[in-house]
Amino acid sequence: MIDCTTAVTQLWDFVERELDAGDKANIEEHLAFCRRCCGEVEFVEELRSFLKDAARPGLPLDAEQRLGQFITDLEESGP
Amino acid sequence: MDTTGTVDSATFGQVAREQLPWLYSLARRLASDHAEDVVQDCLMRAYKAFPTLRDHQAAPAWFRRILVNCANDYHRSRMSGADETSLDDTSESTLFRRILDEDPLPYSDSLHLDFLHSFDDEDVWKVLDRLDPKFRIPLVLVHMEGFTTATVARMLGAPLNTVLSWLHRGRKRFETEMWNYAEEHDLLRQAQEVRS
Ligand SMILES: [Zn+2]
Repeated sequence: MIDCTTAVTQLWDFVERELDAGDKANIEEHLAFCRRCCGEVEFVEELRSFLKDAARPGLPLDAEQRLGQFITDLEESGP
Repeated sequence: MDTTGTVDSATFGQVAREQLPWLYSLARRLASDHAEDVVQDCLMRAYKAFPTLRDHQAAPAWFRRILVNCANDYHRSRMSGADETSLDDTSESTLFRRILDEDPLPYSDSLHLDFLHSFDDEDVWKVLDRLDPKFRIPLVLVHMEGFTTATVARMLGAPLNTVLSWLHRGRKRFETEMWNYAEEHDLLRQAQEVRS
């Protein structure tokens, strides 16, 4: 039976389904009796969605103008 | 540029301008305050290589790949000789436990979610900015941009195992820095005041 420390280091991979069958079974076995690690898994899920759903930084108008000009200059410089 | 007439004939400028918002937002996540420099470098390289881009449908992926390389090179040139590791990556503590043990929101029945929600978008970029680029870049690409670890390994020209180890340590650092940032900026007390 694996301990919490071992389980915790593999939880992200577990959630992302990147563990091989043996490691996956070990984690499932551990989660069946360890409430704390169940909490850890839930938090990994929450943190994953939090990162995935974070808003995309916008392009500020002044940066857009400068970069647009940069593109124009590149094109005018020729190949 | 195209002699067969089978490929659309969009110019570099058209394609690049279309990609600009995306490129900038990715650069901001990868290189924070230096986003504009990184985008410029990317545009320059893309301009030179543009004749090799045959299928303009592939432009988004093509530009992003160049941008990631530029961000990586940018950091590499500035961080050479930087300290490899100083924080305790091997510590057993997790952010989950820390929140649980220190119970920063005593009246919350969804402690961990409330902790996450006390961060707004600006806060998240600032936390990312605290990470060593070596850790930040894979973290952003995999967990925010949705690339697979294999793709990221190819983009960075690093072995998959190395990328996995950066990711692992990066997540840990990110958790640590989230906690530090929340403490330094009093996010938790503010969250509590909003609740009461
Ligand atoms: Zn456990």
